[in-house]
Amino acid sequence: MRLKLVPDNTSINFFKYARLTFGASIVAMVLSIAIWLMMGLNFGIDFLGGTTIRTESSQAIDVADYREALDPLNLGDISITEVFDPTFAADQHVAMIRIQAQAGAESVTPETIAAIETALLSLDPAMTFPSVESVGPKVSGELITTAMLAVGASLVAILFYIWLRFEWQFSVGAVAALVHDVILTIGVFSLLQIRFDLATIAALLTIIGYSINDTVVIFDRLRENLIKYKKRDLQEVMNISANETLSRTLMTSGTTLLALIALLILGGDVIRGFVFAITWGVIVGTYSSIYVAKNVVLMIGVKRDWTKPDSKAGTQFSNIDA
Amino acid sequence: MLQIPLWNRVLIWGVVALGVALAMPNLFYERVERHNDAVAVIEATGATTDALAEDVSLWPSVLPSSLVNLGLDLRGGAHLLAEVEVEDVYVARLDALWPELRDVLRQERETIGTIRRQDAPAGELRVQISQADGMGEAVAAARSLAEPVVSLTGVGSSTLDVRGQGDILTVTLSEAEQQATDDRTMQQSVEIVRRRVDEAGTREPTIQRQGADRILIQVPGIGSAQELKELIGTTARLTFHPVIGRTDSAEGAGSRQIILPDIEEQGVFYILEETPVVTGDDLVDSQPGFDQQNGQPNVSFRFNTHGARLFGEYTSANVGAPFAIVLDNEVISAPTIRQAITGGSGQISGNFTVESSTELAVLLRAGALPAEMTFLEERTIGPELGADSIEAGRIAAMVAFAAVLVFMIASYGLFGLFANIALIFNVALIFGVLSLIGATLTLPGIAGIVLTIGMAVDANVLVFERIREELKTARGPARAIELGYSRALSAITDANITTFIIATILFVLGSGPVRGFSVTLGIGIVTSVFTAIYVTRLLIVTWFDRARPKTIEV
Repeated sequence: MRLKLVPDNTSINFFKYARLTFGASIVAMVLSIAIWLMMGLNFGIDFLGGTTIRTESSQAIDVADYREALDPLNLGDISITEVFDPTFAADQHVAMIRIQAQAGAESVTPETIAAIETALLSLDPAMTFPSVESVGPKVSGELITTAMLAVGASLVAILFYIWLRFEWQFSVGAVAALVHDVILTIGVFSLLQIRFDLATIAALLTIIGYSINDTVVIFDRLRENLIKYKKRDLQEVMNISANETLSRTLMTSGTTLLALIALLILGGDVIRGFVFAITWGVIVGTYSSIYVAKNVVLMIGVKRDWTKPDSKAGTQFSNIDA
Repeated sequence: MLQIPLWNRVLIWGVVALGVALAMPNLFYERVERHNDAVAVIEATGATTDALAEDVSLWPSVLPSSLVNLGLDLRGGAHLLAEVEVEDVYVARLDALWPELRDVLRQERETIGTIRRQDAPAGELRVQISQADGMGEAVAAARSLAEPVVSLTGVGSSTLDVRGQGDILTVTLSEAEQQATDDRTMQQSVEIVRRRVDEAGTREPTIQRQGADRILIQVPGIGSAQELKELIGTTARLTFHPVIGRTDSAEGAGSRQIILPDIEEQGVFYILEETPVVTGDDLVDSQPGFDQQNGQPNVSFRFNTHGARLFGEYTSANVGAPFAIVLDNEVISAPTIRQAITGGSGQISGNFTVESSTELAVLLRAGALPAEMTFLEERTIGPELGADSIEAGRIAAMVAFAAVLVFMIASYGLFGLFANIALIFNVALIFGVLSLIGATLTLPGIAGIVLTIGMAVDANVLVFERIREELKTARGPARAIELGYSRALSAITDANITTFIIATILFVLGSGPVRGFSVTLGIGIVTSVFTAIYVTRLLIVTWFDRARPKTIEV
C-alpha cells in the first residue's frame, strides 16, 4: 500500500474561494508591511554595525545581573538575550550580548572587549566566550546595499527568464507570488523579532528559488494544457493543471519540510533563524504558487492560441520544447 | 523501447564512481588530514621522521586525498576584514621624491633662484621658488623626473602631475600613477600579511584581496581576532631620523619636522627631521639577540648596499650627533653616533624582553606594511562552538536523510528505492565536487546540503508523478516510463535553472557564509538533476530489462 498525500484523481476547484484566498493573501501582505513599519526588523550586527558576544556558563543566567555588570562600562545600547536550545546540555547556559557600534571606531577595540569580558567574569569566573563578532558601520552600510541588490537582481532575473520561456503574463504572476513570499517572511520576522542578518537574506533568496520552482512546474503544465484544451475556459484549464501537479507539489514540499524540520529541531541555535526563514518560506511559497501566481495570470488573461506563431507575444524561445 | 547505449551507461557509472571516490576521504576526515599535513611537512622540509611516516601511512597515497575545507564557523578561528589606507603611500612617495626634486631644481638655480619646500596637504609636494619668472624651467625640470606609468591601464601617461602657479610649484602623483600605486600597495600588503601569518604557522589561512582596497583574512585555529590583529596589524615601519632636539610637549613642530613620543618615558618627545635617512625597506635581515655588554635582549639588523651606503654617509658626516630609531611613529631609542657605521649592520637596544625582541625581528624580517590598515569587521569563533555546530549539523542531516528515504519508499515503492539510491549518490557527488574544487563548507553550507536532500527528490517526484499519469493512458509500462521522462524534462529544466540563477546571484553578491551556502546549493542543483535524470533512469531501465514486468506500480 502506497502512501498517498493526494488521491489519484482530484478535481479541486482552486478558484472556488478565490476571493477569500486572494483576499487573505492581500490582507496578510498589508498586515506584514504594517507590522514591519510599526515594530521594525531586529537587524543583526551585519546590517547595523556593533558587536555580539556569545557567553557560555555553567551557572543559570540572570539577565539583570549581566546588565548590572555591564552598565558601568557606558557602552550605550546593550541587549542581552538568553539562548535556549534542545541540543544544549543541562548545565549549558548560553547568552548573546549585543553592543551598539561605538562612536569613532570601525570595529570594536580590544580594550572594550577585554573590559566586557572582565566584567562578566566577575559573575562567573569559569565563563567562556565561544564567539565574538564585530562589524563596523562602514561595512554594514554596504552589506545592506548588497543584500537589497541581491534580492532585486533575483526578481528581475526571474522575471526575465520566465518571460523568455513563457509569456509576460506568467512572469508577472510568478513575480507577484515571489513578492508575496518575501513580504510575508519580512512580516513574520518583524512580528517575532527574529534576528535579521546576512544569513536571512540568503534564506530569502532560497525562498525565492524554491517558490519559483514550484510555480514554474504548475506553469509548465498549464502551458501544456493550454495547447491540449484549446476550447476550455482559462480558469478550468488552470484547475486541471493545478490538480494534475498537486500530488507533486505536496510531495516535494513534504520531503523538503521533513529535511527542514529535522534541521530546525536538531541543527543548533546558530542557524535556527536561517532554517526557520526557509521553512516558513517553503510553506508560504507552496501556498502562493497555488493561490497567488495563477490568480494574477487569470486576472491579466493570457494568449489562448498557442499553435500559430504570434510575433507579437512572447519570444522565439517561448516554445522551444512545448 | 527503453534503451540506453552502452557508452552512456559507462559514462554515468564512471561519473558516479569518480564522485564517490572523491567524496570518500571526507568520511575519514581526521586520518586524511593528518596524512595530508605529514605529506606537506615532508615536502617542505625534505626530512622524514618516524612520527611523520606513521601519519603518512594512515591513508594510502594512491587514493584521492583532497578534503572539503571546513569554514571558520565549523572549525573555529578568526576572521578580519581590513581596509588598507592606500593614500598613505602617496605621501611617502612624494617625500622620497623631495631630495631628487631639490637636486634638479638646484641645477637651474640661475633661472629659478632659491627654493624652499612648503607645507602642503597630504599627497602634494609644494616648492616655493624665489624667481617666479623661472617657473617654466622649474616645471620642465620637475617633469624630467616623471616616468611612464607601469601598468596595463595607465599606458602612455606619466607618473607625476606638475603645476606651477605664481611662485609655487606643485607636484602630485598622476591619477594613473595613483591607481598603479594602489595596486602595488595592495599586492604588497597582501603579500606581507601572508608572510606574517605564515610565520605564525597556522593551517590553511585565507588571505584574499577584496575590492579596491580591502583584504579578507581568515585564519582557522587561531585563538582570537585580537591575536591575529596584533600579528598583522602592526605596520612595523622602521625609520632612522636625524634628531633636532628633545621636548616635553607634542606641539610646536617646525616646518618639515615631526615630534614623536618616546616609547617608554611618558611625556618625553623628540623633535625630528620629517624625512628619514634610511627606512626599513632597505633591511635585508633582522635577528633577535643579546647585548654583549649588559646581556639585555636586542634586535640586530643588516642593510642592503643602498641602505648601507646611505647610513654610512650619514653617520660619518654626523659623528657626535644623536639620531632616532623610530618604529611606527614611536622613538625606540635615540643614541648618539659614536663613529661612522659603514658595515651596514647595527643593533636596536631598548627595553626588550626575549619575546618582544623576537616579535620585532619577525616583523622587520617580513617587511613593513606599505600603509596602515583599519579593521572594518572582525569575528572570533571558538573551536568548541564549531564542533557543536558540526555535530548538530551531522545529526540533523542524518535524520533528514533517513526521513526522506522512508518517505520516498512509502510513496513510490520500488521506484522510491531507486530514487533513494540516486539520492545517496547525489550527496556523495556534492562532497566529491566540493573536495575537488577545494570549496569551503560552512554552517549555512550544511543547511544547503540538507535543503538539497529535500529538493533533490523533486526531479524524481516530477518524473514519477508523470509516469503515474502516463500509465493511465499509455500503451504499456515501457512507453509510460519513456513518456514520463521526456514530458517531465521541461518542468525539471525550468525549475532548476531558476534556482540556479538564484544560486549564482548569491555567489556573486554574497560573502562569507552566504557564499558557502550558494556553492553547495549550486552544486546540489547540478548533481541532483544529473542523478535524477541519468542515474535513476539507468537504474529503472536496468531493472526493467531484467524483470520485464507486464505492469508496473509507481
